Amino acid sequence: MIKFLLVALSSMALFSYSGRTAVFNPETYTLSNGMQVVVVTNRSAPAVVQMVWYKVGAADEPRGQSGIAHFLEHLMFKGTKYTPPGEFSKIVARNGGTDNAFTSQDFTAYYQKVARSKLELVMKLEAERMTKLVLTDKEVLPERDVVLEERSSRTDNSPAAQLFEAQQTALYLNHPYRHPVIGWEHEIRELSTENALRFYKKFYAPNNAILIVSGDVSLEEIKPLAEKHYGSISVGAEIVRTRSAEPKHRAARRVSLSSAQVRQPSLSRIYITSCYRTAQKREAYALQVLAEILGGGTRSRLYRSLVLEQKKAISASVWYNPTALDYGEFGISVTPRDNLSLAQIERALDRELLEIKTKSISADEIKRAAKKLTAEAVYARDSLMAAPNIIGRALTTGQSIEDLEEWPERIMSVRVSDVVAAANKTLVLRNSVTSLLTPKKREGQ
Amino acid sequence: MKKCFIRLAVLAVLSVFPIKFCLAVDIKEVESKGGIRAWLVQNPSVPVISMSFAFRSGAVSDPAGKEGRAQFVASMLDEGAGDLNSEEFQGKIEDLSVRLRFRANLETFSGSIQTLKQNRAEAFKLLALALNKPRFDQDPFLRVRAQLSASLMLDQEEPDRIASRVWYRSVFRNHPYGRPIGGTLASISKINREDLVLFSNSFFSRKNLLIGVAGDIGPDELSMRLDEIFGDLPKGTDREMLAKPEIQMEGKTIVVEKSLPQSVALFGHRGFKRTDPEWYAAYIVNRILGGGGFSSRLMEEVREKRGLAYGVYSWLNPFESVGLIMGSVATSNSRVKDSLDIIRGEWRKMSELSISEEELQEAKNYINGSFPLRLDSTRRIAQMLLAVQVNRLGIEYLNRRASIINSVTRDQVKTVAKRLLDPGLFTVVVVGKPAGISSSQ
Repeated sequence: MIKFLLVALSSMALFSYSGRTAVFNPETYTLSNGMQVVVVTNRSAPAVVQMVWYKVGAADEPRGQSGIAHFLEHLMFKGTKYTPPGEFSKIVARNGGTDNAFTSQDFTAYYQKVARSKLELVMKLEAERMTKLVLTDKEVLPERDVVLEERSSRTDNSPAAQLFEAQQTALYLNHPYRHPVIGWEHEIRELSTENALRFYKKFYAPNNAILIVSGDVSLEEIKPLAEKHYGSISVGAEIVRTRSAEPKHRAARRVSLSSAQVRQPSLSRIYITSCYRTAQKREAYALQVLAEILGGGTRSRLYRSLVLEQKKAISASVWYNPTALDYGEFGISVTPRDNLSLAQIERALDRELLEIKTKSISADEIKRAAKKLTAEAVYARDSLMAAPNIIGRALTTGQSIEDLEEWPERIMSVRVSDVVAAANKTLVLRNSVTSLLTPKKREGQ
Repeated sequence: MKKCFIRLAVLAVLSVFPIKFCLAVDIKEVESKGGIRAWLVQNPSVPVISMSFAFRSGAVSDPAGKEGRAQFVASMLDEGAGDLNSEEFQGKIEDLSVRLRFRANLETFSGSIQTLKQNRAEAFKLLALALNKPRFDQDPFLRVRAQLSASLMLDQEEPDRIASRVWYRSVFRNHPYGRPIGGTLASISKINREDLVLFSNSFFSRKNLLIGVAGDIGPDELSMRLDEIFGDLPKGTDREMLAKPEIQMEGKTIVVEKSLPQSVALFGHRGFKRTDPEWYAAYIVNRILGGGGFSSRLMEEVREKRGLAYGVYSWLNPFESVGLIMGSVATSNSRVKDSLDIIRGEWRKMSELSISEEELQEAKNYINGSFPLRLDSTRRIAQMLLAVQVNRLGIEYLNRRASIINSVTRDQVKTVAKRLLDPGLFTVVVVGKPAGISSSQ
């Protein structure tokens, strides 16, 4: 239902797909202009998904133009030299297909799901808008209003989303991950056609893109089409993604928001940590196992202790997102039961975190967590969308296909000592932000 | 054993942009020794099995004052069964990597299970236990009640949820269709263990059970599993039919004032039931008006041309005894009146003017082309097999669907649009501080 899905960096959706693979057996090669082509064959229905991923996201935006990556994603549907404004999605629809796009801090992706016989049509359309986008104020300005309405729906109408924005600015002191993907309202209002075109010309080129096709095709079958439509595009200038790095973190941060719109208080804490690209050895894998042991399901430590035994929380969840270019995030969120204060729940949480850092983790816990994680890789094969999603996220954030295919083995190879080391390195307060969402007493209450 | 094989080859007869799409699935109807029937699409390409099932009875059966009972049951079924307590049951589910879900809908109670093939025997045993011997123990009962209350609290100030609660209540009044499936804080607190037992005893029966299965399992094994899982359920009796609700359609506008920058509006009026002979023409009318993404008239006028909203949609909402057509939009307070005026205008235009042959053809192409694309995992195939049975469409439906759609004519669309759409009947709920809109009377 939602057009132009916006991907929040630490959203659960992102996590649940992060690298859960290993058995896609993708085929890949690279066109002479530098565009990588990946194919995952799945013959269970005569359908295909085409995705084109660009290695550019909100974290690559010029200062003061927050939201331009996502705005451009909207504008990519506005027409080219050959396709009139607004026609792109209509052509896909009248050919029986569906299409959409999404933007994150690190990547922007466009996709269509069509009958196999329509693959060439959508390849032609997608290739065309890689370099031949035409934008005029007539289309751009109403679309800017659409984005402002989108921002209202997602953030300005939601206290939890407002707190999330504040939390990210507190987590990152200097790196652009501190800005929301959709942009700050006052900066969105100033975005122009020229801004969008400049960003487009800089980042949209075959050497900065990846074509992923999954479904009822093989690499051999799509090679001629890929050569014809994408291979003919001239290579663009070399693209360097420069982003400011984080300084040393010295102070734990806290943000809080209370609102009459909130009835149920909750607490979350995010730690900034390594991602696949920056992690040492097995660290990123150990952190996935740690997240599972701490918060994955009803046997996890937090659920057992806070929800079942102490009856202090109604839910406890933990996530870790390693699929990012620069930093990973390790997050915990707890909802207190009854009238327990957030201070009380935080003390209980801190005791559990201390426990996992200092007391032993059993080999059995590790084994169970690894088994559960790797089963997800089998489920991921049972879907046309999962493979291109997982592969695209990985390849735009510095991972290789080998990394993905070896994911189950690497998870299985995590040892107790890896998890303890990862916990001690990551779960350090000065690297974190704690967010408190609370109800505001209204007059007369 | 009764089996029918259907080869689905959907060959659309199209003039403008021909689409050929072969669904390429065989649907078998499997009947177990114990007489339990399921529809099966066998697909051995991934070692996964997905099953979706439903009993015909849902939140509409919640007693007055105990709204949310069916959902409470859905939340308790994986909290212990047979000789396994909550922790033991959930531990097994997790160790086997089984995905087990239960859900209360308005008129059905549904469940789904997904399992790796290697774990299927134990997985199905757990499902059988959950359905036949749920424990509803005190400790998980209290915890789940706290969780349900917390989720109601989370919903309470959510503008979409407010709009929905107010809309259904004002249209259906005290009829069960007008009540929230999840209940209220007050009703949840009144539900006790006996209420849950009563629900599972009276509604989990073979009589009103529907099942769809897809994945790496053959008909012979499925037949055996069906008896293992569902064979011990009571036979069951016919349901009482729900009284037909009186819909309050007075063209009302209700403003729920909240200090939000953006107003959220939900609107609609009476529509068609799924069994209406003109359902498919209505489906096409809705597709053109505001259904299905980017290329609808509402999207064009509200979003594309004027930038008034991120999304604007309409949809058909059929219940067993009444149908609705509804829509929603979210626009900043200062401009939401413009959005609603445009939507009313498009509603009227659609009801009065003919559509072009081209527009009709494009809608048909989309409906017929995109349908099989939805069936891209065993989970979604199982869901579709179930949905077809819930709607009583018959096993040949998937085979016939495209030609039914293709046979709808422009004249039919015109007649049906006139019968279906009447902006004068709009009940509109707006949550926010909308400029220039106030509650009627």
